[in-house]
Amino acid sequence: MPEETPVIEIADLRFAWKRGAQPVLNIASLQVNRGERVFLRGPSGSGKSTLLNLLAGVATPQSGVLKVMGQDMNALRSAQRDHFRAHHIGFIFQMFNLIPYLSVVENVTLPCRFSSKRKHKVLAQADSLEQEAIRLLDHLDMAHSDVLHKPVNELSVGQQQRVAAARALIGSPELVIADEPTSSLDADRRTAFIDLLFRECDNANATLIFVSHDNSLVAPFERTIEFDQLNSAASDKQPKLHAVS
Amino acid sequence: MAILGLAIKSFRNRKFTTGLTVLSIALSVMLLLGIEKIRQGAETSFTSTISGTDLIVGARSSPVQLLLYSVFHIGNPSNNISGHSYEEIRDHPQVEWAIPLSLGDSHKGYRVVGTTVQFYQHYRFARGQQLQLEQGQWFGEGYETAVGAEVAAAIGYNTGDQIIVAHGSGDESFITHKDKPFRVAGILKRTGTPVDRAVYVGLKSIDSIHQGFDGDEHDHDPLMAHDDHAGETEQGSLSAILLGLKSRGAALSMQRSINEDDHEPLTAIMPGVVLLEVWQMMSVVEKILMVVSGLVVVVGLFSMLIILMTSLNERRREMAILRSVGARPAHVFVLIMGEAVFLTLLAIGLGFAMVYGLMVLLQPWLESAFGLYVVISWPNTTELMLLMLIAICGFVVGLIPGIRIYRYSLADGMTIRV
Repeated sequence: MPEETPVIEIADLRFAWKRGAQPVLNIASLQVNRGERVFLRGPSGSGKSTLLNLLAGVATPQSGVLKVMGQDMNALRSAQRDHFRAHHIGFIFQMFNLIPYLSVVENVTLPCRFSSKRKHKVLAQADSLEQEAIRLLDHLDMAHSDVLHKPVNELSVGQQQRVAAARALIGSPELVIADEPTSSLDADRRTAFIDLLFRECDNANATLIFVSHDNSLVAPFERTIEFDQLNSAASDKQPKLHAVS
Repeated sequence: MAILGLAIKSFRNRKFTTGLTVLSIALSVMLLLGIEKIRQGAETSFTSTISGTDLIVGARSSPVQLLLYSVFHIGNPSNNISGHSYEEIRDHPQVEWAIPLSLGDSHKGYRVVGTTVQFYQHYRFARGQQLQLEQGQWFGEGYETAVGAEVAAAIGYNTGDQIIVAHGSGDESFITHKDKPFRVAGILKRTGTPVDRAVYVGLKSIDSIHQGFDGDEHDHDPLMAHDDHAGETEQGSLSAILLGLKSRGAALSMQRSINEDDHEPLTAIMPGVVLLEVWQMMSVVEKILMVVSGLVVVVGLFSMLIILMTSLNERRREMAILRSVGARPAHVFVLIMGEAVFLTLLAIGLGFAMVYGLMVLLQPWLESAFGLYVVISWPNTTELMLLMLIAICGFVVGLIPGIRIYRYSLADGMTIRV
């Protein structure tokens, strides 16, 4: 597969949370190709989370082009966007990634409940969802029986983030988005976690968008995008972000 | 469906608090259904306190008063029926049987009813049940008595014991018929009706104790007139007559002809009709009970609402995770709403099971102790309507947090705010 296959294409994108309000996002152009590992750097509150919501199809831009995997997100109805997200995107959040009442394995296989595509991808390679979950957890050094059977809220933060990584990767989604996934980890754990993430994304041939404001993590990434330069709305001193609650 | 499995696991995770909520709603459902069951049982028991009797005849008075003193032994007749009228009515071609009742004496606070063997043969209660004897036999000629189950139990009588009848209906009467003690010939089986609280003696013997006072041992109040036992003929005057007719259809015309009788001012009533009237007078109490138990259900549902609402904020994180793996806002709504529905249905089921469990356990006791016959049957339409109403209220309660979380998940997207 040629390197130039675009996974994300953005052109003249504008987005405001309310119609008529000042735009939170104003992105002239952005392209991310298949297999790229991109570090998206920006201070918190600069609209990064809003961009992630757009990529995920939770919101749609008021104007401009946003294509994920060549699919124009504006052309999809909201239910279709929800399906699209389930099929093609894996997410890792800053913290509290896990559903407290599900076991470790159930947390990892959660995306397969919502995406038949990812479920079939898993079953094409493995005998069962559980088997694949344990394989991924094993890669992340999390397949010990004492860890597997612990209630998830008794796991350490580092362990929780690794379970979240396994969940983002199951069923080989084309795009993995990690939103400050290491901010609650200590320094040694951070590098170890990023190494794991890289390895697994390579295995799955997934594109990785890694969002952070932490400059110390930039080194291993082949491409860095400064969010302030990307988003011209942020430089307009736009104080009202999408804070709703 | 993906969401259903999640809902059940989420419920299991919080099983203690949700279990308590379910229990509180279940208890309120049990209370509501239980009260409805007892109400139905009480109505049936009350309105069938006397059955098989087509007409009750007494001196002219209000129908309710006549019913109360003749059947429930509450209050006193304002006047008596002459022996002559009794004979006339008894011999009427439409009349199959007539039970004469003479009231006015008491024994330790219980009414003494002067009657005949007709009473034992023809009196019916509940669903046409006949009187039965626990021990001994119905009184014969002479100074013999049959006592009701409650009287026997309360005072501890056995057959062969002697009892002394007092004049008047008070508990502590100064005028007793000490010279004529009665022998307990039999004790009636419990009926759960006022029959249990009376002492039955022969009409002739009650007439004779009032006739037979002799001067020496006369501890009778000389100023007290003997109106209620007046007319010392073959057949003394009576307080009331219970009538069984040859055909029930004749009841109405018979009632009219007695009410319009020229010789003596009399009142005839159909006991079933008046019983229902009296029951309806008491229906306020029954309605208040229903309202109170309805409020208890509301309180139970509110506790569910509170539990769901307080868990909502912490669950927003969970909802964002679900959104990120592809859940739609509708899924999130169904997850919360489904929980409310599931809890409500579980509570209704549990409450239902508890009511029936209790009924099976307590039915014999309720019947023997209170004469309350609670029918164990499939829920009738009223009960089903009540259950439906509770279910609908539960769903409405679930809508509130459901709509809230739906709005949150639209606004939050996948942005987790902690």
